[in-house]
Amino acid sequence: MAVEIDIPRVARLARLALSESQLEIYRHQLGVILDHAARMQALATEGIAPTGHPLTIATPYRLDQVGEVLDRDEVLSQAPETEGPFFRVPQIVGEE
Amino acid sequence: MSSLADLSIAAAAAGMREGTFRAVELLEAVLLRATFTEAQLHAYLNLDREGARAAAEAVDQSRAAGKETGPLAGIPIALKDNMVTRGLETTCSSKILAGYIPPYDATVVERLRQAGAVIVGKTNLDEFAMGSSTENSAYGPSRNPWDPERVPGGSSGGSAATVAAGSALGALGSDTGGSIRQPAALCGVVGMKPTYGRVSRYGLIAFASSLDQIGPITRTVEDAATLLSVIAGPDPHDSTSYPHPPPDFRSRLGRGVEGVRIGVVREFMGEGIDPQVLAASQETLDRLSQQGAILSEVSLPTCEHALSAYYLIAPAECSANLARFDGVRYGLRIAGSNTEEMMANSRAQGFGPEVTRRILLGTYALSAGYYEAFYIKAQQVRTLLIEEFRRAYAEVDVLVSPTSPTTAFPIGAKAADPLAMYLSDVCTIPSNLAGDPAISVPVGLDREGLPIGLQLMAPPLQEELLFQVASAVEAVASFQARPGLAVSEAAE
Amino acid sequence: MSYEAVIGIETHVELNTASKMFCACPVDFGAEPNTRICPVCLGLPGAMPVLNRRAVESAIALGLTLNCRIDENSLFHRKNYFYPDLPKNYQVSQYDRPLATDGYLETETDEGPIRVGITRVHMEEDTGKSLHASEEGRIHAASHTLLDFNRSGVPLLEVVSEPDLRSPEQAHAYATELRGILLALGISDAKLEEGSIRFDANVSIRQVESDQLGTKVEVKNMNSLRSLQRALAFEIERQTDLAEKGGGEVQETRHWNETEARTSSMRSKEEAFDYRYFPEPDLLPVEVPPAWVEEVASRLPELPSARRARYQELGLDRRAARLLLEGDGLANVFETGIAAGGGAKPIANWLIGEVTAYLRRQAKTLAETPLRGEHLAELDRMVAAGRLSATTAKEVLAGVLAGEGSPSELAETRMMVGDTSALEPVVREVLSANPEAVVKLAAGDPKLLGFLVGQVMKATGGKADPKTVSELIHAMTKETDVK
Repeated sequence: MAVEIDIPRVARLARLALSESQLEIYRHQLGVILDHAARMQALATEGIAPTGHPLTIATPYRLDQVGEVLDRDEVLSQAPETEGPFFRVPQIVGEE
Repeated sequence: MSSLADLSIAAAAAGMREGTFRAVELLEAVLLRATFTEAQLHAYLNLDREGARAAAEAVDQSRAAGKETGPLAGIPIALKDNMVTRGLETTCSSKILAGYIPPYDATVVERLRQAGAVIVGKTNLDEFAMGSSTENSAYGPSRNPWDPERVPGGSSGGSAATVAAGSALGALGSDTGGSIRQPAALCGVVGMKPTYGRVSRYGLIAFASSLDQIGPITRTVEDAATLLSVIAGPDPHDSTSYPHPPPDFRSRLGRGVEGVRIGVVREFMGEGIDPQVLAASQETLDRLSQQGAILSEVSLPTCEHALSAYYLIAPAECSANLARFDGVRYGLRIAGSNTEEMMANSRAQGFGPEVTRRILLGTYALSAGYYEAFYIKAQQVRTLLIEEFRRAYAEVDVLVSPTSPTTAFPIGAKAADPLAMYLSDVCTIPSNLAGDPAISVPVGLDREGLPIGLQLMAPPLQEELLFQVASAVEAVASFQARPGLAVSEAAE
Repeated sequence: MSYEAVIGIETHVELNTASKMFCACPVDFGAEPNTRICPVCLGLPGAMPVLNRRAVESAIALGLTLNCRIDENSLFHRKNYFYPDLPKNYQVSQYDRPLATDGYLETETDEGPIRVGITRVHMEEDTGKSLHASEEGRIHAASHTLLDFNRSGVPLLEVVSEPDLRSPEQAHAYATELRGILLALGISDAKLEEGSIRFDANVSIRQVESDQLGTKVEVKNMNSLRSLQRALAFEIERQTDLAEKGGGEVQETRHWNETEARTSSMRSKEEAFDYRYFPEPDLLPVEVPPAWVEEVASRLPELPSARRARYQELGLDRRAARLLLEGDGLANVFETGIAAGGGAKPIANWLIGEVTAYLRRQAKTLAETPLRGEHLAELDRMVAAGRLSATTAKEVLAGVLAGEGSPSELAETRMMVGDTSALEPVVREVLSANPEAVVKLAAGDPKLLGFLVGQVMKATGGKADPKTVSELIHAMTKETDVK
């Protein structure tokens, strides 16, 4: 395999709690896909601007006007856990 | 005796206008067809009989009162379940959104409702639109109406199956790498991806933002143009929607191909393409030639790398688009001793393997140290591809290729090897990367009786030309076959 | 070994637009939780951002004011990290193509003027609010957290300074000037207590004469300009101590604790955040044509530095000019006061002195008192006309502030100071009632002046202006002489 993938780190960055065996399978699969990309990576692209987007226009602006908001009850009805008017999550470890 | 469910949208609209039948009758025929076919096909995740009946009745009342009805009044339409519908469960075929009821309608859904369409229900897809067979659905695969042991294609497999089976007269799908066109080809129906930006993405649950587009799946080319007309147009809610009003997509239907220069993409007419698919494609091209089309061979060598570029860009964008599914505000929550664990557990259990794979791939491609080598590189290849298309369109008016390298494959046949599955999209991916419009038209059946689709591609914003040539292909191919499943009702 | 501090400040400014950065939800502080949300700012599936033009205009105005170069085609990027108050688990921000770059801010300190480089001004969206269920509302040992997304999506401008500041006082001056600019532009309420302006500092130390940068420490949670200064002072001392003892500084984030008056290390991350920035594909480049920039430039209001210069031309010293502008609303009252004909120095002195002291004592803002510039002009007129003394003017002013009436009403009940026509008869009477004193005074005994003045004071119930009385006595005794 051309690249050594630190799959546990990737899974942590992506917030995916996968088992070791699962991680190993994905690591292998990612390797296969990226190996396949090696030919693409060998293409000469110096000086070629990357295309992020097929459209070449500028972003439209919105006037600074207030519109409709969602009904709180409707929104909270979809939440896994609430407390009064708030969404509720377990304790957060790490900085604010 | 044929059912109203087998009518084209055009014929159904005419029938209702002339008073031959009412919207509720048309809907009942469609619902009856669904009753017969769904057990086998599982095309729908959510059949909204009540909502559809109410909508059909409203149309009939409007008509009876002499009020003007919209262009799709009373037409039963199915929606891929990655477009949000207010009050109607929207799951993206994922466990992570099981039971999720959106508080708003996607713009396309609003436009359909305003046009009087009757929304029959939400159709099955590969989870979060990632896949080419609908086998990645967390709720079980959909099946191909032509052979229920085979896939309907993906990711809009459910939508394509409903149109082929007659459990909807038309459907909306979404196309990021071929997800409308490929299932349309495998199901023997018309499927079209418009120019990027033609149709609003507001309310389309995003997979890859710079590639996704919503488009029509129908039985005829004319129907596709009609359905597209209703949903297309600028939307102030979508910053990436093309700001100018669309042309009349139907304006050049039936004009024929006299003098039209058609470029046959060399890279998609040889190795890797099923010989029967090639033969049917070639046969159609010969007939177009007889109609006055000027055929030539065009080489797009960068297409060889399009798959790799796509499988870096799309996962990168999706890794960020799917980050919002974290069990905090909606969707599945699996407990954890802290928020970070809760999120990681919810996502690991809520997402299927294909989605997980792409999120990991995308996260990796964007991460520090790899961003240039993977993501930027893929975007540069994208530029090369676009330039290549532009050069080609200086010589030809449209490009042509088979839509899919194979016809419908058996369920489970490609599930073990992700890369083999990815190759299903090799012909369709380039137009997503370029943002150009493309369409698949059914042109024949292979020896197993499975449909073959031919793909046409046009320069950006040239949907009228695309529909013109597509209607000519439809005419010369004269594809009249219907899947056996569609004529199985006894009491008709 | 002599060390110097190297400080840079990152400022986040909440704009006072009517609606949010990418959606039409109202920007509305103090609303009931989760009542100012929509699919976009809540991060619902299928939602998409659309950029608020007024937010961009505010960014252009700030960029121009800070002498920056405005990028005609800046880009939004996604900054990817998971946090429960960040609904999409990415923040739409600007990365390597921000709206404004390469500017500077000039301001005054007690040691003289300074110029601070401005690296960039960029746009981004704010996050929701977390309420941690624990003592003090801190994250540590919280059993759970409650989330309110009203603030999610509020437009933010981030201003990053070069590490050009060398002392807590300079940092204070920088922060004050920046705040003054924001208020002058009218693009933000810029209230530290409310969180509409937030300062984070990067602090390191190095040996004097070195031009290398030391390991920098980020300091957060300074909720007032005073605590900004104190936190920096503490941190500089802590780092200097550490360096002198041979210790190495570690790159970290520290949290300022106001009650304990110290910084403490926040739980350090196992790895630096990998934000995986990439251009936001739901937005297109932000086009800002030169014509728009010029138009914004032509409408820029008078900035604090220009105002200070103008005040100095009116005769105020540097300190007075600065203090007037730092106060909340003082400068505006000053301006209406001089427009109404009052003298610059006296009005300024009252505002900086008595008024400021009163507001602090009463814990009020100027807007909460009935004081107008016209009042001060009136007061100044009465003093200049000799009707009020310096002392009684202060009393009248206090009365006006307390809402007891207008200056003329209050002056009535205070005295008829220096009104020579009213005082003359009283003085004459006192003089004729005390002929021996007059003779002794004329003969050169100064003590008698005090006595006679005292008599006049008694007769007028203490309201006469002693100075005027003395003058009258002198004038009248001379008269007598001549007679």
